[in-house]
Amino acid sequence: MVTSLKSAQRSSHDATPFLIVDQVSKVYPTKTGDYTVLKDVNLAVNQGEFICVIGHSGCGKSTLLNMVSGFAKPTTGRVLLQGKPIEKPGPDRMVVFQGYALLPWLSVFENVYLGVNVVYPQKSKSEKTQIVKEFLAMVGLADAMEKKPPQISGGMKQRVAIARALALCPEVLILDEPFGALDAITKEELQEELLKIWNTHKCTVLMITHDIDEALFLADRLVMMTNGPAAAIGEVMEIPFRRPRNRSRMMETPEYYKLRNHALDFLYNRFAHDDE
Amino acid sequence: MTIARKQFNKPSFVLDKKLKQRLEDIATPLGTILILLLIWQLLTMILPTDLPGPIKVVQETWVLILYPFFDFGGTNKGLFWQVFTSLQRVAIGYSFAAVVGIGLGILVGLNKRLSKGLDPIFNILRTVPPLAWVPIALAALKQNQPAALFVIFITAIWPILINTAVGVRQIPQDFNNVAQVLQLPKTEYFFKILIPSALPYIFTGLRIAIGLSWLAIIAAEIVMSGIVGIGFFIWNAYQNSQISEIIVSLVYIGLVGWLLDSLMAWVQTLILPQSQR
Ligand SMILES: Nc1ncnc2c1ncn2[C@@H]1O[C@H](COP(=O)(O)OP(=O)(O)O)[C@@H](O)[C@H]1O
Ligand SMILES: [Mg+2]
Repeated sequence: MVTSLKSAQRSSHDATPFLIVDQVSKVYPTKTGDYTVLKDVNLAVNQGEFICVIGHSGCGKSTLLNMVSGFAKPTTGRVLLQGKPIEKPGPDRMVVFQGYALLPWLSVFENVYLGVNVVYPQKSKSEKTQIVKEFLAMVGLADAMEKKPPQISGGMKQRVAIARALALCPEVLILDEPFGALDAITKEELQEELLKIWNTHKCTVLMITHDIDEALFLADRLVMMTNGPAAAIGEVMEIPFRRPRNRSRMMETPEYYKLRNHALDFLYNRFAHDDE
Repeated sequence: MTIARKQFNKPSFVLDKKLKQRLEDIATPLGTILILLLIWQLLTMILPTDLPGPIKVVQETWVLILYPFFDFGGTNKGLFWQVFTSLQRVAIGYSFAAVVGIGLGILVGLNKRLSKGLDPIFNILRTVPPLAWVPIALAALKQNQPAALFVIFITAIWPILINTAVGVRQIPQDFNNVAQVLQLPKTEYFFKILIPSALPYIFTGLRIAIGLSWLAIIAAEIVMSGIVGIGFFIWNAYQNSQISEIIVSLVYIGLVGWLLDSLMAWVQTLILPQSQR
């Protein structure tokens, strides 16, 4: 099994890739000269795939995903979604932001409604309300709709952020370390919920994480990045566990540990970080 | 039995304590004022000065103090009418300052170019004292009433404008990113993100400005001879060497200023949610 570059290439050949990162480099001009964050990054993602991205902090994971969401542009190379270059942010590529980014003066309901209202202008008010309620119920927040974000816990805020993103039925869902700040139990609950929703809505997911177990539980493929500057994709690991996945059963298999050790080896031996 | 009585007694004891606290809250400042009045009285008795002591002030102005509502026509009116007329002037000037200040503040906050060009100008103009605007206002507008309003307007606008601009500039990047990814229409962005996000700053500006505009009333009215208003009243008293009248007017001005500030603080608590104060 070991890797994956080969199998990754194979899987990206069986259908026309949905999302293509083609020879992308990103250079930031700084006071001390140009700083190359990413260099020659290539990745092909199929429609409906769940991709996790892992790498040491500062290597350029957020930068890479920002070029998919449209908040950043590649310095060289192209990012194509369904064959078209990505120009700017849009609701077809919803982002779950690192700090939740909920508007504190709007209720949970209104936070989700804000986007639904923009994306479905042709729908009636009651239809839009129905959509918001459906997605809030899906993340278990049917009872907290009238609360304001400052009144709810971090886990609940993250649920609202996810509901807000998913209610727009985006083609691509982008999550930047969504569960990093949550306690272990809430984190596992949210992972399960995310998988359930992904299963029913089949959007393509790109998610940054620091947690290898999280990635192994969620992803179809794990993208492992080398260290910056001039980081690239070091390896793409196929995660072959059948779905629906059962966390504890998965963890009992020897294969799980083989994959896990492989990823750990990548991060802490082959591309160890000086200060970690 | 004893337990029951204890429980019964407890609340009344707590109430007692609260009442005591309340009384203390009122008594302490009252006591302080009394002491200060005493010192003032003693100083005027010891030092060779034209400044009247509090007793003399009351002796000379008891008509003014007791009859704030008299109206003998012209500028010969009680202190209530003087203050009331001035407050009307402040209300008009301040309202204009609020509307123009918030509007310009938003524009300047949104537009980097504009703010680069205008920031130094604002910072120079806001330090111009109200009194310095008076001759300019009179020269430009020719008439007393609009000139007085202008002086109040120009004094009050800067803190509103500058704070609003800061409030717009500090909108968290996260919120702007949300607006971008949702491709939020401009009006939605304005009402759902920009205004609520900048509101605490706007209120800070409005609160500073109401104090300033009330201070500016003296400057605004002082040179506008022959009008009803607490500012001109003071000027008139000064011309006639009625120091006691000036002192009583100053007490009125102070009380009204305090009231205005408390009013703004109260409105702030009504409009801003807990998390944003
Ligand atoms: N706008 C920017 N200007 C200059 N340097 C930046 C900018 N954004 C990110 N960087 C730099 O790019 C590198 C990668 O950042 P980022 O993508 O946020 O890393 P990660 O998400 O993997 O932790 C970091 O060293 C960061 O300092
Ligand atoms: Mg990051």
